[in-house]
Amino acid sequence: MSGPGFNVLIVGIGGQGTILASNILGEACLIEHRHVKGAETHGMAQRGGSVESHIRIDGIYGPLIAPAHADLLISFDLLESLRYSHYLKSDGIIVANRHLVLPTSVYTQDLEAPAESGIVDALKKYRLCLLDADRIAQEAGSPLSANVIMLGAASHTLPLAPESLVEAVRRLVPKKTIEVNVRAFEMGRAAGDSCR
Amino acid sequence: MEERYLLGNEAIAHACLEVPVDFVTGYPGTPSSEVIDVLRSRENRPSHVEWSVNEKVALENALAAAWCGLRALCTMKHVGLNVAADPLMTSAYTGVTGGFVIMSADDPFAHSSQNEQDSRCYAHFAKVPCLDPSTIQEAHDMARDAFSLSEEFGLPVILRPTTRICHSKGDVALGPVAVPDRKGEFRKDPRQYVVIPAHTRILHKKLNEKQPAIKKRLVALGYNTCSVKGKRLVVASGIAATYVQEMLPEGVSFMKIGAYPIDESWMRDFVRRHESVLVIEELAPEVEEQVRQVAGDIPVHGKKDGYVPYEGEFSLPIVAGIMTKAGILAKNPCREAAPVQNLPPRPPILCAGCLHRATFYAIRRVFRDAIYPSDIGCYTLGLQLGVVDTTICMGASITVASGIAKSGEPRDVVCTIGDSTFLHTGIQGLLNAVYNGGDITVVILDNRITAMTGHQPNPNTGITACGDASVPVSLDAICRACGVTFVETVDPYDLTSMLQVLGEAKSRKGVKVIIAKQQCVITAKRTGIKRGRYTVDAGACTACGTCIRFGCPAIEKGEEDKARISDLCSGCGVCAQICPTGAIVKGGKR
Repeated sequence: MSGPGFNVLIVGIGGQGTILASNILGEACLIEHRHVKGAETHGMAQRGGSVESHIRIDGIYGPLIAPAHADLLISFDLLESLRYSHYLKSDGIIVANRHLVLPTSVYTQDLEAPAESGIVDALKKYRLCLLDADRIAQEAGSPLSANVIMLGAASHTLPLAPESLVEAVRRLVPKKTIEVNVRAFEMGRAAGDSCR
Repeated sequence: MEERYLLGNEAIAHACLEVPVDFVTGYPGTPSSEVIDVLRSRENRPSHVEWSVNEKVALENALAAAWCGLRALCTMKHVGLNVAADPLMTSAYTGVTGGFVIMSADDPFAHSSQNEQDSRCYAHFAKVPCLDPSTIQEAHDMARDAFSLSEEFGLPVILRPTTRICHSKGDVALGPVAVPDRKGEFRKDPRQYVVIPAHTRILHKKLNEKQPAIKKRLVALGYNTCSVKGKRLVVASGIAATYVQEMLPEGVSFMKIGAYPIDESWMRDFVRRHESVLVIEELAPEVEEQVRQVAGDIPVHGKKDGYVPYEGEFSLPIVAGIMTKAGILAKNPCREAAPVQNLPPRPPILCAGCLHRATFYAIRRVFRDAIYPSDIGCYTLGLQLGVVDTTICMGASITVASGIAKSGEPRDVVCTIGDSTFLHTGIQGLLNAVYNGGDITVVILDNRITAMTGHQPNPNTGITACGDASVPVSLDAICRACGVTFVETVDPYDLTSMLQVLGEAKSRKGVKVIIAKQQCVITAKRTGIKRGRYTVDAGACTACGTCIRFGCPAIEKGEEDKARISDLCSGCGVCAQICPTGAIVKGGKR
């Protein structure tokens, strides 16, 4: 339960690239000859729904992280950060994209739309690293690289060498996009430097 | 030996390449689909890989290949095994010569299913071996071993991974891939393959006689193990075993069950060395019942005395709670943590531009007060739009519609069914409705693909699993051949035509079929179809909310509650047709 492992939860909205991000972490573990377990959302739940990927670095047992046992929460959407924040340990860290997509339920069921400032305040009980991954991804040269930006920003906290992560990025992204994704990783890493 | 970070289903597929498997069939179903999706996309794939039209068809095809001496794999989700149950039960009698593995993926918590049935019960029922992996590595190793086990006993073997195996990942040690080169040969033997009563009585006896040796072999294979550490014993199976192992204190014995049928004498020997037993397994009490049978007067805790839930998926906190209640753990190691309350939910939703939303909208407009039986597919999400009143299993929309209409219910009955589901088990329902004088409207949601499970082709798509061209079936001709005279094909993006055809169907008696045909918006995007975005003219928008209620994720509420269209827009243009003030127009950057 309180083993040596490092638990990472990656959350977002179906289609944002959480699965690639979790694959990159898994591959980086293989590069460092470390065990790793993961679990993710597949199937219909991916259709624009809330999605989660669990990664247990050095994990040898089950793939699921228990609530209040995650060391790091990487979130591609601000509302999803809050939805899964109870998974964090009290001294856990959140690396979150500022981007906020309101769920369609807000409009169709006339629910109260949470405000960005309110979410950020609620997240402040944890160590919080906020960045605008979409803007940085644009600057890096591809809006699709936001997931790699997020990993770059989180790399200061991950117990994996940045070289291993970059190598994993190289192995897993489409060949034509290696250059832009490696740049995205470095830019994300620079952006995450301020909130280490 | 190669180490890779793989999805459980990818690890199972790789094991099949190592065996190597010659013949693969299946019907897509979460969480099983990726096994065939991996195999069909490989260059060095098995000699034959097919997406079959349903699980019964898949199982019979693969069984025949195994009769011809090939190694055959048939994949499906747990409820698919219901469809395939007929050949399954008797395939245990006939047996096989080539290794035959049926992968039936269970879904505790029904993440993506209509129930939580347990395939281990089917194995028990059919008297065939069942392997139940607890880790990704074990899923790989069991998939590999299942074929030799099948050949050794001449029986089909059920491989039963659960969602948390299929869709979990781990570092896996893989073996080398081999090239399949077997050719099938059918050796005639009516006493084996023609199950007339005189033959089948003998075959049943032979099947029963195989059981003791299978039990011994499964212990020898090392999938059922026990380490004695004290007077208290925890027994666990499947993924639950890993939760137990992570928290098991010193001085407590652990029995792990990964293969069925369990050897009772082996189990009795270990159980009887203890003073108390706790059995932790997801879903059915398959292990627990056996433990209770061998335990004598040793107290056993499990589902039957309320310690362990019968339903749902387990987790570290749930298993920690069970182990604490049973006194195995002095203190629950899981910390309490409640999610933040009252956040707006983000359930899965039909895509922006999905043809189903447009079809459902039109159905609601024409049939305001009707009963809407539906079926299994992305379109079950039509529940959110109020146009799905029933779903029970594949193909049950048309049959349930017929039954409701025949029951005396006075309202119109309009049912929806996807193209793949119609071809799976929908046709018989249509045939039956026509034959027995039904009065229903059937809307076939024809998006040309099996979308929900990951866009697998079907006979309607025009290509096979391996990408070869095939003749796309004519849904229109099938419906007409069933005796339907009103069959209309309409593009659901054309709202006017859709409303007109639905209106015509409403005015007629009998069985009417409307084929709402338009490509799945995801496959359309992949094939490079660009339609251009729509935008809202804020000056013309009166904030009436009509388009918001349409429920498209690309339509948001902006300033003064006026509509705004986001970059999720795929350009279907249906919202422009429903806007009463003409405020939605083509334009906006792409």
